[in-house]
Amino acid sequence: MKKIFTGNEAVARGVYEAGVVYASAYPGTPSTEILENIGTYKEIVAEWAPNEKVALESVIGASIAGGRSLASMKHVGVNVAADPLFTFAYTGVTAGSVLITADEPGMHSSQNEQDNRNYAKFAKIAMLEPSNSQEAKDMMIDAFDISERFNTPVLFRMTTRVCHSKSVVELGERVEQDLIPYEKNFSKYVAVPAIGRQLRHSVEERLNKLADFSETTKWNKVYTNGSKVGVIASGIAFEYAKEAFNDTADYLKLGFTNPLPTKLIEEFCDQHEKVYIIEENDPYIEEFVRSLGKECYGKDIFPYTGEMTPDVIRRVVLEQEMDVIEPREDLIVNRPPTFCSGCPHRGFFYELGKKRKKIIVAGDIGCYSLAVGEPYNLMDWLICMGAAFSSGHGAQTVIDKNPDDSRRLVSIMGDSTFFHTGINSLINTVYNKGKTINVILDNRITGMTGQQDNPGSGFKLQNEENEPMDIEKIVKAIGIKHVRKINPNDLKLVKETINWALELEEASVIITDWPCVLKKQYKDEDVEMYPKAWQTKDMVLQDKCVGCKACMRSGCPSLVFDAENKKMHIDETTCVGCDVCLQICPYDAIVKDEKYV
Amino acid sequence: MSKNVKLVGVGGQGTILSTKILTQALLNAGYDVKMSEIHGMSQRGGSVSSDIRFGDHVSSPVVEKGSADFLVAFEQMEAVRYLDYLKPGGILIVNDLKINSMLTQAGKVKYPEDIIEYLKTRENTYIFDATSVATKLGNARVLNIVLLGTLVKAMGLENLPIEKAIEDLVKPRFIDINKQAFNIGLSMM
Repeated sequence: MKKIFTGNEAVARGVYEAGVVYASAYPGTPSTEILENIGTYKEIVAEWAPNEKVALESVIGASIAGGRSLASMKHVGVNVAADPLFTFAYTGVTAGSVLITADEPGMHSSQNEQDNRNYAKFAKIAMLEPSNSQEAKDMMIDAFDISERFNTPVLFRMTTRVCHSKSVVELGERVEQDLIPYEKNFSKYVAVPAIGRQLRHSVEERLNKLADFSETTKWNKVYTNGSKVGVIASGIAFEYAKEAFNDTADYLKLGFTNPLPTKLIEEFCDQHEKVYIIEENDPYIEEFVRSLGKECYGKDIFPYTGEMTPDVIRRVVLEQEMDVIEPREDLIVNRPPTFCSGCPHRGFFYELGKKRKKIIVAGDIGCYSLAVGEPYNLMDWLICMGAAFSSGHGAQTVIDKNPDDSRRLVSIMGDSTFFHTGINSLINTVYNKGKTINVILDNRITGMTGQQDNPGSGFKLQNEENEPMDIEKIVKAIGIKHVRKINPNDLKLVKETINWALELEEASVIITDWPCVLKKQYKDEDVEMYPKAWQTKDMVLQDKCVGCKACMRSGCPSLVFDAENKKMHIDETTCVGCDVCLQICPYDAIVKDEKYV
Repeated sequence: MSKNVKLVGVGGQGTILSTKILTQALLNAGYDVKMSEIHGMSQRGGSVSSDIRFGDHVSSPVVEKGSADFLVAFEQMEAVRYLDYLKPGGILIVNDLKINSMLTQAGKVKYPEDIIEYLKTRENTYIFDATSVATKLGNARVLNIVLLGTLVKAMGLENLPIEKAIEDLVKPRFIDINKQAFNIGLSMM
């Protein structure tokens, strides 16, 4: 049967067909839909882990215990999972095990453009790189065979355009794999130094075997058009190269990319007068080609950043400029993403903004990073998952050294980020007697990546109900003495609470408790806890509105200023009645719309 | 030969659903099809775009600057933002709708006034008020399918099995209104 699948759907199908029994991940664009799709296959136990390290460790345990297992994450997630990865590379697997990294050339939704192919080389493990959805599925099945045959975890490298592009896929059937009965194997899995020294040699022997395999695998293949121009490419860059060069070049398509095939590359280079290396991010293939003493064109002519789309290739190699319409720049205004109508973060940031001069804000990864933009402009830095509490603590320590600087650090992260690694950062603050103000914006979901469940949401990935973890109790157990949990849509309460925290000389935690407007499923208890959430609407009394636009400082997209009569109105289709603008209006011109009460 | 289509708009306008429906219909009609979208941050009211490429054989899933045969903009300013993706002689379909960005809403910058007049000066530009048409049908959200109708007509592919794709991809209670929206779109072009 043929289907049109995204790379993420296709790779999930491959995991299913490969007979995988356990999969774990932490959501992150562009990888998120992989586990969501795996979760639809009831033969596989699919779980959200609190972070990528935990996901990979769970997957390692599943492999040791004898079942095929898969971990999936975005590129920066592999940084978090690097610790177990590098030892897993030494121990090898029992049942096959694959780690998907979803890289982001062009940084559509990420903070950096790191090239995770380097991780395969660094950890000395096998790597595969699909170019389209069909390959994503087929290669994934082979990845498990390679993992078991060579006793190696496999790094499966995808990129945004492979993950989020759709192309046609021929489906196959699931092949069940017998579980390998668990037997204790001290000299394989207990990575103490004495054993590590032995494993170190087997890693090198494995690399040699993999290098031989790389020469013969079907995933490294030459396509001949009888040209003197040769192109070496992997991943989506191969599709781009084909589009740009068409049949004017020969191709060496590399799908198995660690270790790279020495002989295949040498022969290909020798047979062609000019060789172009088309790859996104780092000169990973290029440096290998040059190490073989072969000449090629790579990052010396191609850009080192961004996507290597056909237009880029044509411009650089063929010196073809597309005939392009140049739009009038004065008719374009930026459209940055913003908080949704009814977003529970809005009220908190509106009030916090009034303290701008007294505070420094350490931000984190999640929807609340949007507070960096208009009209809040409230984020001094944003580094990585969980860094708000810890970087805030370090910053406060230094600020306090300056007797003339009395600013307070406000560190802000969401519920899922708190469970991810924020919990460790908060332990650090308490242990070291820090005095930062730590805010957990608990919207009871992992928002930015598209409403995935987490330990605080009350559901597991495959919809099984669970007791939501109580953030307030966790924070108190860690040793935070000053904790307040508030409704962020109650501006008076938010203001009082921020003032309370600013007065304290010790670390505090403010938990804002209101669900994401996009949260998909609720338990009965939730419905009671958040009465009438999103079921009402607000409206502007036209005779009372003076057009002062004070309400617009909330940054709500449902508020529209009518330029003709110089008054506000509220878009009835998008307003969900959070009442934040209603509380801001100094003229009481905004009220609950009686039709919806 | 492959044809390139780009749909652009504001997060939440339904560009992705219309892209999915068109992609599925093209596949069912026997074309090789690739589709690409960028989402993530852009879901939150940001600018969104999705690409469809189809023909006998398609390699790259991405529509490049200067290469779209058809550009459909669900919002005025987005039409200008992505205009450089259109082939100089390509067909431009614009929904006559203004949606504020945070910058224009906060009053930092004015929403540009004369976009439609500017776009009208080029040939092969078609401007529709799909929002009103959809609202009259009873659901403003189907403006995406009204625009899909105009696009399919402009492509000269009225026989594409779009209604079947709607049945496969839309929730049952919205199938009828989406079919109506599509047919009105066809007749508007």
